Amino acid sequence: MTLLPPTREVTLILPMAPDMEIVASQAASAMASFVGMSSDRVDEVRMAVVEACINAFEHSRAAERKVDITFRLIGGGARPERLEIRVHDRGVGFQPAAVEEPRIEAKIKGDRKRGWGLKIIQGLMDEVEILSGSQGTTVVMSKSR
Amino acid sequence: MTEALKLTIDRRDALAVIYTEGYINNQGGEEIARAAYELIEAGYKVLLLNLTGTKIINSIGISILIEIIEKMLEVEGKLAFCALTPTIEKTFHIMGLAQYAAIFGDEGDAVAGLGG
Repeated sequence: MTLLPPTREVTLILPMAPDMEIVASQAASAMASFVGMSSDRVDEVRMAVVEACINAFEHSRAAERKVDITFRLIGGGARPERLEIRVHDRGVGFQPAAVEEPRIEAKIKGDRKRGWGLKIIQGLMDEVEILSGSQGTTVVMSKSR
Repeated sequence: MTEALKLTIDRRDALAVIYTEGYINNQGGEEIARAAYELIEAGYKVLLLNLTGTKIINSIGISILIEIIEKMLEVEGKLAFCALTPTIEKTFHIMGLAQYAAIFGDEGDAVAGLGG
């Protein structure tokens, strides 16, 4: 019989309320530190989680004003090699391909300065995938040690 | 939950330095914008944002900083940053902010670079 490794994941369910992204970022910081990331990489994870939460809070239009954040430790024995984070809302979803990449030249001159969240997440994490549909949106992001 | 951003302003001859302490979110960004616009009204054309006391910022706060950069360009002034954490500096580079606002390692370098 093959023993499966124990599931190493933690899920937080947070209300979409002011500053809850900071609570999520503190958990992200603890998990990234546990993986053994450098302090700079821990900070990058922390900031990416803040952005994913803010996107969910602001754009999901979820009737149930909650966001699920799952931290999953991947690979390795005693010390995992990678941290995967899933930020899930039960909102209306969107088409990721339809999101225009923000450009600073246009933002400086334009009326709408916002819309940077996904670009920041993609720049700070190793891998990012957006799963979105009528059941909501999940940002799946990971970073190695 | 988080404490409000604290600002300290040092008005000098050639430039004004805004020191931040705390999280730069939407409220924090608005606080900085209010301070910056008052300084511009007072005639300052070179502003330095010293972020020594800020370890975390979000994209809404940064968007407000972009508004300040736009305003500085309108008055032919300059906004610069110093003492950023590596992650905040990386984020500014990801966004391309460094094309419009100089980033310095510390305040001494910034003041020298800005001619203050």
